[in-house]
Amino acid sequence: MDAAKNKYSIIVPTYNERLNIALIVYLIFKHLRDVDFEIIVVDDGSPDGTQEVVKHLQRLYGEDRILLRPRAKKLGLGTAYIHGLKHVSGNFVVIMDADLSHHPKYLPSFIKKQLETGASIVTGTRYVTGGGVHGWNLMRKLTSRGANVLAQTLLWPGVSDLTGSFRLYKKSVLEDVISSCVSKGYVFQMEMIVRASRKGYHIEEVPITFVDRVFGSSKLGGSEIVEYLKGLIYLMITT
Amino acid sequence: MLFTSFYSPASHWTPELVFIANPVKHVLKLLSLLVVISALWIGLLQASIIPQSHTWLLPIYFIVSLGCYGLFMVGVGLMRFPTCPQEALLLQQDIAEAKDFLKQKGVDVGSN
Repeated sequence: MDAAKNKYSIIVPTYNERLNIALIVYLIFKHLRDVDFEIIVVDDGSPDGTQEVVKHLQRLYGEDRILLRPRAKKLGLGTAYIHGLKHVSGNFVVIMDADLSHHPKYLPSFIKKQLETGASIVTGTRYVTGGGVHGWNLMRKLTSRGANVLAQTLLWPGVSDLTGSFRLYKKSVLEDVISSCVSKGYVFQMEMIVRASRKGYHIEEVPITFVDRVFGSSKLGGSEIVEYLKGLIYLMITT
Repeated sequence: MLFTSFYSPASHWTPELVFIANPVKHVLKLLSLLVVISALWIGLLQASIIPQSHTWLLPIYFIVSLGCYGLFMVGVGLMRFPTCPQEALLLQQDIAEAKDFLKQKGVDVGSN
């Protein structure tokens, strides 16, 4: 594959991220100097003026580099990716969160890993050396680790970080995998990577650091645990 | 050959080969593994290589070992959980740099 001809479409779903979206756009441009890319912002009708900020960024960086493709209301992450995919003009698609828990400085390492290995998917993992998490207390780390061990034992997924959502896909691979996924929320991210693994796609991992800035709101209550277990059973049966 | 392909990680296979060899749902793979282990256990019971009283307890040993292994993996993972406190600082610096630039260009960077 001729590296010079690759174009990377970065899909960023947003909801009430008027400040973060500007910061993320700046950082993406800073770290992808010699790369052909576009940013597709899928905003779900944010009431805080996110779209106005994006339009200002478009005037600053160019409408061919920043695409604003909004939706009327909050419709969920999976459909946000599908919606964004319709406007992708690159041959690679990156998905990442808008709240700066995913730092654009890792984008070059995703691209490099894919070029080196020819992988269909490069997924960021927080759980290996070189990666890491900041902002989690002991309880949160315990549940994360317990959930991960359970998922590894039951699913044999082939990746170390199942719920991560900082990934690079070949466009055709993303289209194929997303069409067969039906879950919501973080189970959706798990379903994507497990289905891709079952279909035999070449998946590589790069370490990423994850700074959780939403202090206190990542509460893991009983209902989240039940949802997670239901998701695991669903994935065991259907993949 | 089919046995090893059944359980080896999907990422070592080309999409075509896996499509042919791997349409089996994961729960069925786990169940078939359980069936094989059960067959071995029943075989051991009948062959009486090990005294029967021990053989009857093997499933319990197995489940307990599995549980201990799981707890051990959780504990080890928790102790070795990679953290990155310096990243929070770097992020603050990046945010400050970004805000400066954007303010100059007239983008509204007031807080959310």
